[in-house]
Amino acid sequence: MGSRIQLVAILGSVVLLLAVLEMVRRRRLMERYALLWLLSGVVLLALASWPGALAGISHAIGIFYPPTALFVVAFGFVLLLLLHFSSAVSRLSDQTKVLAQRLALLEERVRRINEEPVEEDGAHMRLPVSPPDGERRRFARVSSD
Amino acid sequence: MSMEPSYLAVVPAYNESITIVGVINALRECAPRFDVLVVDDGSTDDTAAMAALAHARVLQLPFNLGIGGAVQAGFVFAREHRYDYMAQVDADGQHEPGELERLVGAMNRSPAVDMVCGSRFLTQDHHYPAPVSRRTGIHVFAALLSRVVEGRVSDPTSGFRLYNRRAIELFARDYPHDYPEVEAILMLHNHRLRMREVPVKMYARGGGVSSISTGKSAYYMVKVLLALLVGLARRRPVVEPGDRAPVSAEPGV
Repeated sequence: MGSRIQLVAILGSVVLLLAVLEMVRRRRLMERYALLWLLSGVVLLALASWPGALAGISHAIGIFYPPTALFVVAFGFVLLLLLHFSSAVSRLSDQTKVLAQRLALLEERVRRINEEPVEEDGAHMRLPVSPPDGERRRFARVSSD
Repeated sequence: MSMEPSYLAVVPAYNESITIVGVINALRECAPRFDVLVVDDGSTDDTAAMAALAHARVLQLPFNLGIGGAVQAGFVFAREHRYDYMAQVDADGQHEPGELERLVGAMNRSPAVDMVCGSRFLTQDHHYPAPVSRRTGIHVFAALLSRVVEGRVSDPTSGFRLYNRRAIELFARDYPHDYPEVEAILMLHNHRLRMREVPVKMYARGGGVSSISTGKSAYYMVKVLLALLVGLARRRPVVEPGDRAPVSAEPGV
C-alpha cells in the first residue's frame, strides 16, 4: 500500500477514535453507543497500520488493490452502525408510545379526581391538570407531521 | 359486587370534531350498556373538547401515535378499569352503533370466542363504497389469513370489533403500531385466542379524511404483508414473564 494513502488512513482512524473518546468524555455520546464506534475505529487503525493484514484480506476476498479492502471493511461497519441505530430508534419510539399512553391515562385520572366534589378544606388537594391548551396544541402540530 | 358485565366502547379519533359528537350520541342511544371512551390521538382541532362536552370520557394523547397506539391506550384503559368487554368503533360514523348489540350477541352465544369482528362482506347486499385498490388489498389479506387461521376471515381490515377480557389483556400488552387490524388477527391466532365474524352494515365516512389515503395504500399493502410474513415466523409475539426483554420497552404498559 502506498505510504501516502496509508498515512491518510492512519490519520483518519486516529481522528475518529479521538473524536469518539472526546464525545464520551463530554457526555455527548453514551458508552453503549460509543462501543461500536470505538471497535470500528480500532479495527480500521489496525488494518491501516499493518499492510500485511490488509493485503491478506484483499487477497482472500479477491480485491486487487488492497486499500479498497479498507473501504469495504469501513462500509461494513457503517452498515452495522446504521442497523444498530435503527434498532435504537425502534426501541425509543416504543418507549415514547408507552409514555404517551401512560400520560394520557394519568391526566384522565387527575381530571376525574378534580371533578369530584371536594369538601371545604380539601380545596388545596386539587392536582394540576394538563399544560395550557396553547402549549399542547403547538406540540401536537410539530410532532404530528 | 354486581354480576352484571361491564362494557366499554373505545372511539379512537384524530381530527374528527365534525362527527365525534354524533357518534357519541348514537352510541349512548343505540348501545346504552356501553361506557364511551374517546381516545384523542393528538388532534389539532377541538375533538377532545367536543367529546368532553358530549360527556364521553376522554384520553388525550400528547401527540399523534397513529391508530395502533390510540387503540392500545383504550385497551390499557379497559384493563385498568376492569371492563369485561371492550368494543372499538370508528369516530367517522362509518360504523353503526346499533350493530354493537349484534357483536355482543355473538360473543354471548359462543363463550370460546375472544373477539367478534363486524364484517361488511358477509351480507348479501353489501355495497360498501371502497376503491377497487383498497378492496383488492382486503381480499388478499383475507385470503392469506384464511389459510393460516382456522375458519374463514372475510373482512380482516374491519375496525368494528368486540373483545373479551383475554383479548384486552393481550392487546394491552402488545398491539401493532400502524394499520393494526390485520396483524391483530394473526396475533390472536398465535396466542390461541379465537375470533369470529358477524355481518354488519357499514357506511361511507361521515366527514374528515381517512387515515388511509390512496397514496398510502401501496405502503399499507407492503407494510401489512411484511408484518404478516414476520408474524408467521413469530409464534409468540408477546413476551411472557421470565423471557428476555424484547425490542420494546416493556411488554405494553
